[in-house]
Amino acid sequence: MQLASAKRTSIQINGERMETTAATLAELVAHLGHADNAVATALNGEFIPRAARAATTLAQDDQVEIVAPRQGG
Amino acid sequence: MNAREPTPIAAKPLTLYGVEIASRLLLGTARYPSPQIMGNAVKASRASIVTVSVRREAARANTGQRFFELIKALGVRVMPNTAGCRSAKEAVTTAQMARELFGTDWIKLEVIGNDDTLQPDVYGLVEAAGALTKDGFKVFPYTTEDLVVAERLVAAGCEVLMPWGAPIGTGRGLANRYALKSLRKYFAGMPLIIDAGIGAPSHAAEALEMGFDAVLLNTAVASAADPARMAQAFAMAIEAGRAAYEAGLMEMRDMAAPSTPVAGTPFFDLDRSS
Repeated sequence: MQLASAKRTSIQINGERMETTAATLAELVAHLGHADNAVATALNGEFIPRAARAATTLAQDDQVEIVAPRQGG
Repeated sequence: MNAREPTPIAAKPLTLYGVEIASRLLLGTARYPSPQIMGNAVKASRASIVTVSVRREAARANTGQRFFELIKALGVRVMPNTAGCRSAKEAVTTAQMARELFGTDWIKLEVIGNDDTLQPDVYGLVEAAGALTKDGFKVFPYTTEDLVVAERLVAAGCEVLMPWGAPIGTGRGLANRYALKSLRKYFAGMPLIIDAGIGAPSHAAEALEMGFDAVLLNTAVASAADPARMAQAFAMAIEAGRAAYEAGLMEMRDMAAPSTPVAGTPFFDLDRSS
C-alpha cells in the first residue's frame, strides 16, 4: 500500500524547480527545515497565512515562495 | 502685522498613524559592513523606526530569524518594505508576508517602475495602497514629488506620504526643491517624510528646514567610512533643521541689509551718503 504523502510532485520553491513528497504547504515548510514562525509563505502569488498552511495542498507546477526577515532600506 | 515679528511654529511631536515618534530620523538596516556596525549606527542615530525587508530563505537556513533577533534587541519599531516589487500584486503579497513575519501593519510601500532610476511606478503604487489600506495596513508610500499622485494616495487611504529627495542610492539631496516646496505647502497638515536620495546631513537639515516632518535614509550612513559617527551627524542635522523650522527662518532678500546699526557710525557724512 502506498501512502498519499509519498507521491512526488514537481513544484517551484523560491524560483527553483524541485521534487517533493510533501502533500501540504505545512509539510513542505517542515521538510525544508524551517521553524514554523521563522518564515512566511505564498502560493502562486497569493499569501498563505501560517494557520492555513496545513490545509493548503500542493499540486504539480505550484510556485511557492518562502521568505524571512532581512535588512532593508 | 509687523513683518519682523516672528511667527514661530509650535513644537509638536511627530505623529504617524496615531503613534507618537520621538525621532525624525528613520534609518535603513541594509548595506552595513557588519551586523554589529549596523547596530551601533542605529543606536548612534537615536532613530525610533528602522526599515527592514523580506527575502527568500534557503532550505535549513535560519538567517532571517537571527537578523530579526538582532533588530529586536535594539528596541526600535520596525517598518518592513516591499523593495524590489514591480507590480501592485507582488507588493500586496509581500506586504502580507511581512506583516506576519514582523507582527506590524506598518508597511513602506515600494512599487518600482524603472531599473535605472528605481522610480516608483505610481499607478501600481496607488493601486497597492488602496488594496493594503482596505486590508488594514498603515501604508507609507515611497512616491515621487508629483502632487496629483499624492492626492490619489491620500484618497486611497494613506495618512503619511514619502516623496523621494532623489533616486535611491544617489545621495544627490533634494533634486526638485520647487515641487517639494509646493507639496509641503499643499499638504499642510499631513506628515511628509523625505525618503531616498539624501547623501549628506546638510540635505537632511534642508528637508527639515523646509517643513518636512522626517527623513528616511540608509546608504548615506551605511556606506560612510564610520557609519555610527555619520548616524550621529544626521541626528544632529535633523534636530537642527527641525528647530530652525519651528523657530521660523528669515525671508531671503536680493540686496544687502547691514546687520550692524547704521546710526552712530564714525566718520559718517550725510552729504556723501546717497
